Amino acid sequence: MAIPKVCGIETEYGIHATGPDANPVTASSVLVNAYASEVDRRTGWDFEDETPEKDARGYAREGAMPPMVETHLANTVLTNGARYYVDHAHPEYSTPECIDPLELVCHDKAGEEIIRRSMVAASNLPTSPVVIAYKNNSDGKGNSYGCHENYLMDRSVPFANVVAGVIPHFVTRQIFAGAGKVGTETTSFGGEQVRYQISQRAEFFEEMVGLETTLKRPIVNTRDEPHADPKRFRRLHVIVGDANLAEVATFLKVGTTSIVLAMIEDDMMPAKELHLADPVRAMHYVSADLSMSRALRAADGSTITALDIQWEIFAAARRYAKERGLEVIGDEAVGEMVLDRWEGVLHGLETDPSTLVHQIDWVAKRNLIEAYRDRHGCNWDDHRLAALDLQYHDLRPERSLFARLSMERLVSDEAVAEAVTEPPKRTRAWFRGRCLARWPNAVVTANWDSLVFDLGTDPLRRVPMMDPLKGTAEHTASLLEACDSPTELLDRLSS
Amino acid sequence: MAEREQKRRNAPSRTETKVEEEPAPPSPRGEKLKADLDDLLDEIDEVLEDNAEEFVRNYVQKGGQ
Repeated sequence: MAIPKVCGIETEYGIHATGPDANPVTASSVLVNAYASEVDRRTGWDFEDETPEKDARGYAREGAMPPMVETHLANTVLTNGARYYVDHAHPEYSTPECIDPLELVCHDKAGEEIIRRSMVAASNLPTSPVVIAYKNNSDGKGNSYGCHENYLMDRSVPFANVVAGVIPHFVTRQIFAGAGKVGTETTSFGGEQVRYQISQRAEFFEEMVGLETTLKRPIVNTRDEPHADPKRFRRLHVIVGDANLAEVATFLKVGTTSIVLAMIEDDMMPAKELHLADPVRAMHYVSADLSMSRALRAADGSTITALDIQWEIFAAARRYAKERGLEVIGDEAVGEMVLDRWEGVLHGLETDPSTLVHQIDWVAKRNLIEAYRDRHGCNWDDHRLAALDLQYHDLRPERSLFARLSMERLVSDEAVAEAVTEPPKRTRAWFRGRCLARWPNAVVTANWDSLVFDLGTDPLRRVPMMDPLKGTAEHTASLLEACDSPTELLDRLSS
Repeated sequence: MAEREQKRRNAPSRTETKVEEEPAPPSPRGEKLKADLDDLLDEIDEVLEDNAEEFVRNYVQKGGQ
C-alpha cells in the first residue's frame, strides 16, 4: 500500500576555481567551510550507517564498482536539516526530507541560496581561490555529475515492480524536466548530429538497472540504503534527473515521480502497457528529439512517442487521484496542482512548446540560444552558444542568464530565505534541525537517521530516528520546548 | 500503434474541454518571444564571459555521481 512520499534532492554543483591552489576539491571545501564558519556550524556527519554498496536486488553484479564513502572531506549538517559537503570534487547539497513536492522546490531553491552565500563568504577570505558554482550536470566534455532524488517507499513492494513501473516515466519525464544542452558529448548517438538536446544527463545512461552512479550509469539505481527502518522502508535513489533551475520543472519532476511511485505501490501503474523494447536507447532518442514525436519501440512490437507515454501515465494518475486521493504525496491540494501543471505542460509541449518558455528549463534555454543565433548569425558549433548554455546555470546573480529570463515562481523569496535556516515541519528533519539550532555544541554528529549527543558525560548518546515521519514539529515541538538542556531531552526520550 | 493512439485519445482524464475552456493564452509566436528577449540580447555581451572560447575550454569538471 502507498505510503507518504517523503522526498529530497541532492545536487552536485559544477565548480570553477581560478587563482593559486585552484583544484576542485580544495575549492569545494572552501565553499562548504566558508559557509559553515559564517553560520557557526560545527556538527559533522556521522558515517555509522552509510552502506552505499548494498544492492536492492540482494546481490551485486560481478565487477560492479560500488560508490565509496569519503569520510575525510568537508561535511556539515545545517539547522534546516540539510547536509552540505564535498563529494567527488563537487560541493553537494542534500535537502532535508520534505513532505511534498512544493516544499521540496522551496528547499531546493534554499540550496542554491546557500551556495550563493557560500561564494560570497569564500570571496571574503584572504587567500582563497575565486570559486564559481554552476547548477548543471555536465562540462560539455563528457564529464557528468548528478542531481539525485530520493523517495520513501514501502519495503514490501517487490523491487521488480518498482523497476518496471518507473522505467517508462524515467525515460520520458525529461520532456518537461530536462535542463537542455547544446550539442552532445558521448557516443550515445552514434555519429548522429545533435545540435541541441532536451536533457543534460540522458546521454550518460548506459544500463537499465544497476548499482553504479559514476560509470555505466543505470536508469534505475539499486542502492539499498534506506536511512530508515529497513524492514518497513525503501529509499528509491533516482539518478536520471537533470538539475533544474526552473521551479515548475523541479515541481513536476518530483511531483509526477511521487505519484508514479504511489501508483506502483498500489499496483495502479500501467507498466505493462508502457514496457519499452530498449529503454536506454529510447532515453537517448527522447533527449535528441525536440519534436517529441519520434516513435519508440514498445516491447510488444508497437510504437509509441514520449508524449504519448506521458499522456498515458498522466491519465492513470488522474484515475488514481479520483479513486485514492493524493494525500499520499503530502497534501491533497499540492497533488491536484501537480496534475493540473502536468496536463498543462503536456498540452503545451504537444501544441506549441514556446508557450512554456517561462516554465521549463530546456525550452527557456533553447529560446535564448535561438534568439542569440538569429541576432549574431552563429553556427551551432560557435563557442558563444556553449558559453550561453553554461552561463544559464551560473549561480552568481550578476552572471546568471536564468535569472534574467523572468521564469515563473512557485515559492516566494521569503519562503526560500526561511528554508535556508528552518527545517520542514512534517518530517524528522524538524527534530534534527531544531536540536542543531538549540544545542549546537551538544550535537557532535548527525546523519539522516540519528543524532549523537555529547552531554559531557561518557559515553556519547545516540538518538535513532528510524521513521522519517516521526520527529515532526507536531510530535516533538512541545517536548523540545519543555526541555532546558539536552540532558533533560535525552532523559525524557529514554524514559 | 493505432490502438495506442485510440486509447490515448479516449483517455477520460485528458480533459481537453477543460483546457479549451480556459482563456487561451495568446500563443506567443516565436518572433514575439524573440522580441521579448531583445533587451536581454542588447546587454548580454556585458554579462557573457569575455572570451567565450577560453571560458568554455576551461570549464572542466571531474566526473561525479
